[in-house]
This record gives sequence, structure tokens and C-alpha cells, in this order.
Amino acid sequence: MVDFHGWEMPINYGSQIEEHHAVRRTAGMFDVSHMTIVDVVGEQAQNYLRHLLANDVAKLKERGKALYSGMLNEEGGVVDDLIVYHFETTNYRLVVNSATRQKDMDWLNAQAEGFDVTITERPEFAMIAVQGPQAKEKAAGLFSSAQNEAVAGMKPFFGVQAEDLFIATTGYTGEAGYEIMVPNEQAADFWQKLLDAGVAPCGLGARDTLRLEAGMNLYGQDMDETISPLAANMGWTITWEPAERNFVGRKALEAQKAAGTDKLVGLVLTEKGVLRHGQAVKVEGGEGVITSGTFSPTLGHSIAMARVPASVGETAQVEMRKKWVTVNVVKPSFVRNGKSVL
Amino acid sequence: MSNIPSDLRYATTHEWVRPEGDGTFTVGISEHAQELLGDMVFVELPDVGATVSAGDDIAVAESVKAASDVYAPIGGEIVGVNEDLEDSPELVNSDPYGDGWLFRIKADDADEVEGLLDAEGYQNSIEEE
Repeated sequence: MVDFHGWEMPINYGSQIEEHHAVRRTAGMFDVSHMTIVDVVGEQAQNYLRHLLANDVAKLKERGKALYSGMLNEEGGVVDDLIVYHFETTNYRLVVNSATRQKDMDWLNAQAEGFDVTITERPEFAMIAVQGPQAKEKAAGLFSSAQNEAVAGMKPFFGVQAEDLFIATTGYTGEAGYEIMVPNEQAADFWQKLLDAGVAPCGLGARDTLRLEAGMNLYGQDMDETISPLAANMGWTITWEPAERNFVGRKALEAQKAAGTDKLVGLVLTEKGVLRHGQAVKVEGGEGVITSGTFSPTLGHSIAMARVPASVGETAQVEMRKKWVTVNVVKPSFVRNGKSVL
Repeated sequence: MSNIPSDLRYATTHEWVRPEGDGTFTVGISEHAQELLGDMVFVELPDVGATVSAGDDIAVAESVKAASDVYAPIGGEIVGVNEDLEDSPELVNSDPYGDGWLFRIKADDADEVEGLLDAEGYQNSIEEE
């Protein structure tokens, strides 16, 4: 167990690699109750979020549809990354990181000045992520008939409140499944029932190897307040049009785009050894750094994400234990739905 | 509490040493060490025939969490390595004192082993960490 920003959390319950495989092959679950849930409600909720976020919530038309976005500072750095669920233009739910909880709440409140919105943290919910090819089927056994009806045919990246549960088709693993918000007092019982249904409990270790295989960023590691989203493979989360939407950080971001930024790439090492966070990288035209590196249990070799000059070619050199090793440069995505995408 | 067999000797750097009775000594890492490291993913072993001195870093145990040097607990010649670890590094986790052994040393001076910790001494050294 480790102290994870005030939450006591396990790195692994047993073998971290077995936990990883359970999610890729059958079903695993994560206690992600540390994530911060924030509801944004009010007449100007949509306008507020269009000001706050680099992605544009006006794109969300269907009830329950979710959007991934960066929340930027005026310098165009990433204050946090988050998911926002749209219910109505006056009613949204955000899920932000726990590591940045207080900073985020302060930022959300500071940016709300002049907007008619109410921002409410929802600590009364625990959150359990059930992920893997059999996750939905196993979770269905715990749902009431009304809950099963509510999630029937729900596409990826949607959420729905069904009786006591908020059930979303989101995740941090690259597999199908749900992230489920459960009232705190029901969480232990819900976890036990998933365990009884054969869902493997997974710790922070497997969570990290799964998200990295899926090419998903970890805040504080792959980006932070000093890093442009353009240098963190988050360009796709910036909605530039309409040009008159003046979201926080837009001006700085436009300047960064014009000047050019580093980029986040994937690295693949097929020989022995494990790429690790912080290792130095040499590429054509300059030097960079590994932001996240790990052994990929699915692929059987090491993978990493690295922030490097945009002039990067097809290979790079990484300094590992005082030796320079050649690795291949790929798009930062390695595994989806149990299969290699290399 | 991890298992520390009483018939082995130990280095403070978590290697165990087993006398084979013919002047050679088998070396691995302790159960405590593999617990700290977590799932093993690669093990780099020394070359057979290499001459090593006590305290040299001659192998690497790399887990999901970290790469950790393994030191020669005594000096001598490497006369064998566990080739099964190439394909099954997890043996270090599942059977650290058996199938998860790392290498075998022919001692230059078998008395060097007497300078290593016994099980009780190793237990104490873990508790002080």
C-alpha cells in the first residue's frame, strides 16, 4: 500500500502482470475513488466550460456524452486533464485528478467569476472501474433491470445516472468496460459482488502499464502546468473553431502553435531492458526525455512515451544505465482491445 | 514475514549463497528482495567463465518497478548461469531459492563465505532497513 495523495492505495494485490493480463483477457477492476467528481450546474454552465476548457463542450449534443479536455492556464500549460459529461447546457459533471484536487477546485472557482454557475464537489461517491473484454457482461450481473436497460446499447464515452449508480462507458485501459460511481456506503459491497463474479482486483501498477499501452497520458508525468498540450499529444483535444471562443490559454496556445513545439512520441525497445521515466533521449535535431516508460506485459518488451523535438526521425537513442540504446519511434499508442497496434 | 532458509548465507545486498559441496556456490536473490522488486521481467546474467570479485555488480534483476544490480557475494569464476530465466524471469518471484537461482561461482577462497551473514544476521539487517 502507498499513500497516493492522501489515499491509501495498493500498487498491486498479487502479481501486477497477472492483474494487467486479467484486464486485457477477461475483466479487472480498480478502486478509483480517489478521482475527484465535480458537478457544474447553472444558467451559464455551458458558457463557463467553453471559457474554462480547450475542448468545446458545445460539441456535445446528446445527453450523457463525454468529452476529454485539457484545462489550461494563461501560459498555455496544462492545469489538469479531465472528462466532462454533458447532461444539459445547464448541467455537467467533471472528473478531475486527485493529485491536483485542491489546485483544480481553486482554479474552477477562480475562473467561475462572472458566470452564473454552482460548482459542487461530490465526495459522497466512490468510483470503481471495471475494464476488459468481459467487464460489461460481469457488471451486468450486478445491475438492476432498470440499470441494465439504461446502459443497453450505450456507445463508448457516455454516462448515465441509473438509480443509485452513475454508469459510464469510459476508462483508462484501452479496453471496453465501465467506470461506475457508487454511493460510498454501497461501495464495499459492490466491490465484493464484482469479486464474487470473477473480476480481478487490480492496483496502481497495472493501471499504469495498461494506460501506457493504450497511449493515455498521466498528469504530472506526461504533462503539467509547464507543458503545452501540443507537446503532450493533446492537440486533438483543442477545438480551435469558432475562432472567437476565447478559452483560457488560447492566446498562448496560438503563439506556441505558430512557433512550433516539441511532440510526444512512442518509443519501442524490443531487446532486453526497461525504458523508465526521466531517461534522456537523443533524436534527430535535438534532445528529449522519457515522460513515462514501462515493461509492456501485453507486448513482452518495453515501451515509453517521450517528449522530443518535432524533427524526430524513425529511431532515437535512449540513455539506459549509462549506455545509449537505439529504439524505434512510433505514434504514442501501443495496444487497443487486447491487440498490438504496432 | 518472508522466508529466510537457515542453510544459506546472505549478503546485505540481498543475495543468498548455497554451498554445493564441491567448491562451487549457487547464488540468487532472497524472497524479501523479490518481494520488494515485484514482478521480474528481465534478468541479465554474467558470462560463464568471467572472473569476479566480491562486491562487483555482475547481474541485473529488472522488474516492473526498477532495475536492480546484483552483486557477487564472493570472488571467483562464474561456472554456470540459470538460462531458464531468459524465457521465465518470473521464476525469481515464484521460487527465489530454487528454480529462480541466478548463477554459480567457483570460489577463489571458500572461506570468504564465512564472512557473509547467516539467516539470523540477514533477518536483522532487513529489519534495520
